[in-house]
Amino acid sequence: MDVLVCVKRVPMVGGKVVLTADGQEVDTRMSGFTVSPHEECAVEEAVRITERSGGTVTVLTLGPPEAVDQLRDMLALGAHRGILLETDGREWGPVATAAAIAAAVGELGPGAFPLIIAGNEAADTGGYQVGIRVAHALGRPCVTGIKRLEVAGDVLRAWRESGAGHEEFEVALPAVVGVKEGINLPRYPSLPGRLRAKRAQITVLKPAWQADGLRKVALRVPAGSAQRARVLGHGTEAVPELMRVLGEMGLLASAGMPGREGIVG
Amino acid sequence: MSRAAVCLVELDHGEVAAASQRALAVARSLAADPSPGSSGANALVAVVFGTDGLLAESVGSDLALHGATELCLVAAQGLNGYVPAAWARALEQLAARRMATAVVAAATDHGSEVLAHLGAMTGLPVAANCVAAAAAGAGAWQLVRHRWAGSLLEDAVLEAPCALLTVAADAAVAGDAVAGDAAAVASAQPAVAANVIEASGVPVVSFTPSLHEADLRVRATESAEHGSGLSLATARVVIGGGRGVGGPEGFAVLEELAGLLGGVVGVSRVVTSQGWRPHRQQVGQTGTKISPELYLACGISGAIQHMAGCQSAKHIVAVNTDPDAPIMSRADYAVVGDLSEVIPALVAAIRAAGGQG
Repeated sequence: MDVLVCVKRVPMVGGKVVLTADGQEVDTRMSGFTVSPHEECAVEEAVRITERSGGTVTVLTLGPPEAVDQLRDMLALGAHRGILLETDGREWGPVATAAAIAAAVGELGPGAFPLIIAGNEAADTGGYQVGIRVAHALGRPCVTGIKRLEVAGDVLRAWRESGAGHEEFEVALPAVVGVKEGINLPRYPSLPGRLRAKRAQITVLKPAWQADGLRKVALRVPAGSAQRARVLGHGTEAVPELMRVLGEMGLLASAGMPGREGIVG
Repeated sequence: MSRAAVCLVELDHGEVAAASQRALAVARSLAADPSPGSSGANALVAVVFGTDGLLAESVGSDLALHGATELCLVAAQGLNGYVPAAWARALEQLAARRMATAVVAAATDHGSEVLAHLGAMTGLPVAANCVAAAAAGAGAWQLVRHRWAGSLLEDAVLEAPCALLTVAADAAVAGDAVAGDAAAVASAQPAVAANVIEASGVPVVSFTPSLHEADLRVRATESAEHGSGLSLATARVVIGGGRGVGGPEGFAVLEELAGLLGGVVGVSRVVTSQGWRPHRQQVGQTGTKISPELYLACGISGAIQHMAGCQSAKHIVAVNTDPDAPIMSRADYAVVGDLSEVIPALVAAIRAAGGQG
């Protein structure tokens, strides 16, 4: 089966987010970019499906010319082809992004990519909607939040967590699936994979930007997000003070007494 | 006819879910009509799916408290259980019938998914993960919404014939009502019929959408699993372990501490990506969001994606060898030291205090 995986290039952020002076973007001069985590798992899932039952994996992203780096990272994980929907660096909203993806898939004919996998939501915008909008544009069913996926012939079975249990879905292909991190543990790229990724041909298309009705004014860091912890002490000498603090929180009343159960979540 | 704001309300064991209470609060602020000549107040329609007409008695007072002026129960052939596209179709038709200015849902898995379907059906934008919204003239709204799961805020302007919003589900919730084991509380709530809800001042109407076949092709079959055990999401104490734990064997003492405090172990992303612990224990933006009384974070540097998952913790205590680790500027208390020494000493102290060897 030929699988399409949609990924997004997002800033790599660590302990602190720094914004550009105009407050429009995350400052990436010191950090660089990566693929949103759910989507790396989406690529791994697609590669496993094709390793089991044949077919190809195509990775698609919509972003600036530099997003080719993220496509090559995903090709190194085992994807076969890359498609870049090249932008001029402006931020695209979910409506326009999904329309561009659906148009690119639609041009390949109704039978193209019976399975389209997207990350459930992007790390930066968390919009939770590109996959669903692509599904509607292509007239396909869609399931999201998926943490386990089985393909049996023309039918998908998919599971997601809900409260104390899970929800199960059964969907006929062609379909669109939004997956979450935890569905698998992505492999590290192999050396041959990296070499192949470097040489791989990437198809570049240039869709036209369109306004989304939702306009960013500015980004800001929430107030009060940089306090300083009160240091209780160093090493084991801090334990009595730590005990006092836990006691104040009311956590020691029944601690260590028989009958308390500690169960791994 | 006055226009309305519509809010999808999810139930948790028959009661209004905490995340939906937040959604109602935002929807209420959008129910005010800013257009000249209007009386200023519009209807706020709370929409509930699939109850068979039986709800917890608290639903009426919760809805009244959050300003809902009407409870709309949606029922239709084939609409039993969770059917995301059909829920969206019902909201679309209800919004059209009531000339809705806004449709709001909590940014839960269900709420986010249903609003995305609604956005796709109508071609309208959806502003996800909002924390505040206000009308800014006809067809325009000023919003504040989460980016990076709340590590950043975005000020935004939405222009659309109808505002479609999801409301961040894990931002600080008013009151302590959501703490503790919801299941234990909820089991005591008897189900009541709609007329009892009406007694609390919220009129109940029913709505039957006309559904297309395609709206019904994806539906959830729900199943419970591993019934026993504390859940990471609702645990009162979470003992966190990160890269500093050093390897899979290092978690034994964290498990022991969690056991003593009646809590569970949670881990950072590096721990699961190394395969040291399963992903279901991961705390963070792409794992589980927690809201314990105490989060004791051991050997965790405090990447923003991790902090996004524990920002609702009442107290954060960090144990870290690096006094300049980012977590030190997010925690309330810190112990500067090696967790492999501090945690065993803490376990011994708790055992001594509890009278156990």
